[in-house]
Amino acid sequence: MKPRILDIRKGVLEKNDVLAGDLRNRFKDAGVFVANLVSSPGTGKTAFLERTLSLLLEKGYQAAALVGDLATENDAVRLARSGANVRQIVTGGNCHLEADMITNHLQNWEVDLDKLDFLFIENVGNLVCPSHYDLGEDVRVVLLSVTEGEDKPLKYPPMFNSADVAIITKVDLAEAVEFDRDTAIANIHNVRPGMTVFETSAKTDMGMDVWLRYLVTQQQESTTATPPS
Amino acid sequence: MHELSIAYSLVATAEEAALQVGANQVDVVHLRLGQLSGVVKDALLFGYDIATEGTILAGSTLQIEEVPVVVYCAECDAERQLPNIQYFRCPTCGTPTGDIRQGKELELVSLEIADYETTHS
Repeated sequence: MKPRILDIRKGVLEKNDVLAGDLRNRFKDAGVFVANLVSSPGTGKTAFLERTLSLLLEKGYQAAALVGDLATENDAVRLARSGANVRQIVTGGNCHLEADMITNHLQNWEVDLDKLDFLFIENVGNLVCPSHYDLGEDVRVVLLSVTEGEDKPLKYPPMFNSADVAIITKVDLAEAVEFDRDTAIANIHNVRPGMTVFETSAKTDMGMDVWLRYLVTQQQESTTATPPS
Repeated sequence: MHELSIAYSLVATAEEAALQVGANQVDVVHLRLGQLSGVVKDALLFGYDIATEGTILAGSTLQIEEVPVVVYCAECDAERQLPNIQYFRCPTCGTPTGDIRQGKELELVSLEIADYETTHS
């Protein structure tokens, strides 16, 4: 008997995409700007986020973070030092965050989305898996430290290509590790032409002001572009 | 290894569709896999065998069609296939372009169901 063909034409991660779409609407209605931070382990995501949260709070903005980790709650403890509300998502070995984990962790959280200006989602340190999973963010931010090697974007094109903004971290160490800035930026642009790149140090605050200005401008644009329904 | 969790999503989607039409066994699953999807074909095939265990897809074949990246070049006003995903430049004129028209697919295309007719009658 001839096999019967059943046409489906459906994205394998459609369920995640639908949930992410719901989250995006919710964030928009609440007027909160959401950034999804992705990088390798050890790039300095947590230090960068801790400093970002502190600076935003100092300027009078309301900011909070959800932080994904394989096993420990260490990052949430560190980030809480900034004074922001932080909730850990322990993925139990899962190498990335998915939209339903965000939905679940927004429930029973002391944070009211309506009162927030910024929500950061620190993804699990991994440059492969998180690229597939939309979390409803406004921007996906990929971080690369000067200690990692300038060719990282060429090794992980899908992740760098899926990001909206790139941050080069630990620039205070650039000279010591002979970081080739031009090559790194050229590699980022080879994989994602025209991507905005920020160069920062969470330790010395170098470049943090430019990053903060970007965030505030984006937040204002996203909340004024479409008035909350 | 995220290919395993993707394999589980794939199997769940396929099984749901097959059960909806009353099938009790799926023989072949056709998937389109973009070069920019970030999914490793061999790892997905390995994960597939594990994910199908105990489902109506057990023993089925996963047929993967690999989809190259196609970008639009404004300079040439044409779509071009990218020879290398590390360089988002028009292969003809060298202009950088991030306008991706194809290559991110992770799409369940169709199922082959051998006993569809018999189970349905």
